[in-house]
Formats: sequence, C-alpha cells, structure tokens
Amino acid sequence: MARRYLLEFEKPLVELEQQIEQIRELARDSEVDVSQQLLQLETLAARRREEIFQALTPAEKIQVARHPHRPSTLDFIQMFCDDWVELHGDRRGGDDQALVGGIGRIGERPVLLIGHQKGRDTKENVARNFGMATPGGYRKALRLMDHADRFRLPILTFIDTPGAYAGLLAEEQGQGEAIAVNLREMFRLRVPVIATVIGEGGSGGALGIGVADRLLMFEHSVYTVASPEACASILWRDAAKAPEAAAALKITGPDLLSLGVVDEVLPEPAGGNNWAPLQAGEVLREAIERHLDELRGLSINQLRESRYRKFRAMGRVLDPSSSETGLPA
Amino acid sequence: MSLFDWFADRRKGQFVGKVSQETEESDGLWGKCPECSQVVYRKDLQANASVCNSCGHHHRINSEERIALIADQGSFKPLDRNLSPTDPLGFKDRRTYADRLRESQASTGMKDGVVTGLCQIENMPMAMAVMDFRFMGGSMGSVVGEKITRLVERATAQRLPLLIICASGGARMQEGMLSLMQMAKISGALERHREAELLYMPLLTHPTTGGVTASFAMLGDLILAEPKALIGFAGRRVIEQTLREKLPDNFQTAEYLQEHGFVDTIVPRTQLRKTLASLLRLHGCKAKKAAGR
Ligand SMILES: [Zn+2]
Repeated sequence: MARRYLLEFEKPLVELEQQIEQIRELARDSEVDVSQQLLQLETLAARRREEIFQALTPAEKIQVARHPHRPSTLDFIQMFCDDWVELHGDRRGGDDQALVGGIGRIGERPVLLIGHQKGRDTKENVARNFGMATPGGYRKALRLMDHADRFRLPILTFIDTPGAYAGLLAEEQGQGEAIAVNLREMFRLRVPVIATVIGEGGSGGALGIGVADRLLMFEHSVYTVASPEACASILWRDAAKAPEAAAALKITGPDLLSLGVVDEVLPEPAGGNNWAPLQAGEVLREAIERHLDELRGLSINQLRESRYRKFRAMGRVLDPSSSETGLPA
Repeated sequence: MSLFDWFADRRKGQFVGKVSQETEESDGLWGKCPECSQVVYRKDLQANASVCNSCGHHHRINSEERIALIADQGSFKPLDRNLSPTDPLGFKDRRTYADRLRESQASTGMKDGVVTGLCQIENMPMAMAVMDFRFMGGSMGSVVGEKITRLVERATAQRLPLLIICASGGARMQEGMLSLMQMAKISGALERHREAELLYMPLLTHPTTGGVTASFAMLGDLILAEPKALIGFAGRRVIEQTLREKLPDNFQTAEYLQEHGFVDTIVPRTQLRKTLASLLRLHGCKAKKAAGR
C-alpha cells in the first residue's frame, strides 16, 4: 500500500509500518539479511492491527464503514460476478448514478444485483451524489427487481448510503412514495432476496432496497435509524455528541444480530475490508451462495410467507394479553 | 431528519406551521387563533371541528377528538389497548427513554402514540388507526408499528376498508433500528391488504414526515390530506442546508403534494366524515343494520 487513507485510531500502526518500510529499503540497498527482523515487526504490526480493530467503538466503526477505499457495490460485483451487464434507467426519464444495478452470474447462477454506489474521491462522489439515491434511483431499483421477478433471478442488494437524498427535487418527485412502494413491493417478490450492508446503512434510504429474506452485514458496517450526527443534534442538542449517539443507537452488526434485525455478521480482515478487498469479496460471495442454497428449496409461497414472518417479528412490545414480550401471537 | 424541526421549534416555544398553543392549555373559555389572531370562543371552535371560523386554520386535535369527529357515535371499539412500549436499547440521551415515555404516558393517558380499533361511518364498518402527535411527536416505535400491523391484518382477515390518520415526526430514534423496521413491517401487512383488493386510505395531517411518509402514509389506494398540513420526507432545514437556495412558500404542504401528484384530495376537516362515507360507498362498502361486533 503506497499512500493510505489513515483513520485516527490507525495512527499507532503508522510508526510500525514506517519501520518495516525502512528495513525493507535498507535490505534492498545492502546484502544484510533482515528477514527475521521483518517477520517479527510484521507479526507485531498484524497483532496490533487486530487488537485495534477488535476493540473499535461504534463511532470508529462508522469511520471504517465510510472509508473511501472500502469496497463498493461495483467493486464487489467486479470481484465475484461473471458476465456482468449494467442496466440503466428508471424508464421515467432518469438514470440515478447513486443506485446501480444489472445482471450477472455468480458461479452457475444468473442473478440481479443492485446497490448504492459511492465514489472514491470528491469527483466521483459528486457524480454518485455520495451514494444518496433520488426517487428515480429507488424506482430504477424496483424496475430491475420486477425484471428479476419475471425471469426468476435471485436478487442481491448491497446497502451503502448515508441516506436517501434530501433535496427540493427529491421531495417534488416523491422520495417518500418511492421508498414506500419499494418496501411494499419487495414483499411480493417471488424470488429470493439477499441484502447486505457493505458500508453504512442510512435509515429509509437503506431500507428502500433492504426488504429481504436474509439481511447480512459486514463486521464493521453500521445500520442506523438516523445518522448519529442528526440524532445527537436532536436528542443531545449537540452534534458533537455523535459518538455517544452512535453507541446508544445500537448500530453495529453484533447489536443488530441480538435485536433480531440482522441474520449474519460477516467477518472482515483485520484493518477492515479496505485492507484486503479480495478477501472481503470472497467472504461475501461464499455467504451469498450459501444463503441462496438454503433458500432454493422454498416454494414461492413459503418464501413470501417467511419473508413476511421475518419482518412481522421485529420490534419489542409489552403485551399483557399474551403475557409475552417481543414476538406477536 | 424532520424530527429535528419539531425539536428545534419546541425549543423556541412554537411549532412549525403555527399549531395553536391555546388548545393545549385547556383552561379559559376564549382563545386566540394563531393564524389570524382572531379571538375565538372555545366552544365554537370545538363545534366547528377545531377549524377556525374566520381563517380556516386547522387547530391540532388529539386522537380522541379525531375519533369523535369521524366514527358513528359510540361505534369505535379499541383494539390492543394494553400494548405498551419497552426500552429495548436501554436508551439514554440527556434523559432516559424510560423517563420520556413515563412523561408522555402521564400527560396523554396513552400507553403509546397510536389508537387502533374498529368503527363505523354511517353504519359502514371500517378499521381505523389514529396517531397522536402529543405522544413523543407521534414518533413510530415498536408499539405503534405492532398496533398498526395488527389492525391491518385484522382488516384483511375481516375484509374491512382501512383508514390511518397520520401525524408523525418519523421513526422513534430511542428504539433504534427496531423503529426503522416498523416501516417494512407495516408495508408488508399493507401489501396483503392490497392483494385482497381492499381499500386503504391514509389521511395525512399536520405533520406527516420522515419514516411515516416513506412507508404507510404514501401507500394508500387513495391518499387524503388536511389543508396546509406539512407533509414531507426530509426536514426543511436539512434540505436548505444541502441546497442553499430558497424553497417555495408552499413547500411540503398538502397543496404542494397535490400539485406534484402525491395527494388525491385535500379534505377540510369539517367535510371529512362526509367525504369518507362517500368514498366508502363508492367502493362498494355496505351499511350494516345492527351495530358491528
Ligand atoms: Zn384563524
């Protein structure tokens, strides 16, 4: 890795890495054997990295989730998809660049893939609107999902957005309606749907492609009802309290697993997915194929019924009439 | 986030869209309309569905008053009245969620922010949910989601038309992702109601924003709204920040949404019961002779 984009908590690693680099250079210019020293230092660095990434706070996970080099939807598609053909347009006059989709093959299986798409730098991000989709983006997603439904292609969605775009035109074109219709229509789909939070899942904009039979989440991905920044400025009346809000909102994979929102948390390499993207791609491909295999046996009715039951069970209430908390009767 | 507007304006001691303060302070025979400053006799205001006689301003009313205005007298049968909220995240900001809940429960006498039940309009049976903005800004947590979902399921099972009166700042942050998932849960139940070819009408009242707008508020076969109600997905402040340009005066009002094709009809509150009855009849709903179960 030449120039890296460093997160605050990664700084303790920098010194070690610089030492390793210096020794390498030294070895290049002389005949001295430094392999022992190198191995020692590299082991130490790997261990430190692991320690740091195992102890990330929710606020730090957000930084990993938003890392500019974290593999994006199109990166993953490049990594594990053959015969990929990107499909454009909502058929209503637009082609949102923040929500991409197309068909391709994973192993033997043709599938439809859609996801939010962020950029890697400012220029790309402007073109991608920072991964914030417009109503047209959600309508494009639905058009593609309907296509998949007609041709019986399993649907894979990749969630990576700070939220749906908040703007004048988005309101005029019905951002709320576009997301709402997706929520309803995704319950009708007759094909398996697997959603994965690959980066940040921001509120309704994430859920708009998130009604699925399986919801997977990477270890350092986050999924939030409201951005911790917004939550902090509303409830704490102080945007600087975002780290506290991030912890209170329970936005990490393990938290959401225990709340029954997420089905599986996918492990990331120490250093996060940006550190070893190919490894991340392999983890995701394996998980997707495994879940698709599990879902393959279900009839259309079973599939839709279990999707309904999955969301039906979400939430915690106190119901004296059933003397149970949590699940409805 | 549109809840931001609500909290921000509460801080300033006023509310977006000038909702009357005097209806909330219940003492005094006389009050002043916040819109036209006309002094009104409270009894007159109530007799006119809390709509100002001189300017037509729709004052905020609570769920109980809503039900009285819409349902045939004595026909409303509440459901799941005892469902109450938990604190699944153990949430604490400057105050604990448990504390905020207790306060809202004490001031409203409700367990959470929605009343659901079966009723009749001109003897036509209907399922109805009424959100109450007084309860934590009408925010949607697990109880709101569960009660509405149960109501939709019952409406589907008993083949009833459904009315949901929306008034909400969006998802309830204190229940985290469980709140967000209520959007999907209710939308799933509505899909089945729709599949059964039954009529669903949301009525959007002031304000209907955030996660409610991005789910059941926008899923009606027919979408009704009250005059001048604030309806939107994102908060005005957020949009102004991203845009740095002036927003139209009627931005995110019921009229603006109708202009852009997202509201079927704007119904003044004084006409609501009559309009609902007409719509039910036009969709083949039949009056029952005896009172419903
Ligand atoms: Zn007035």
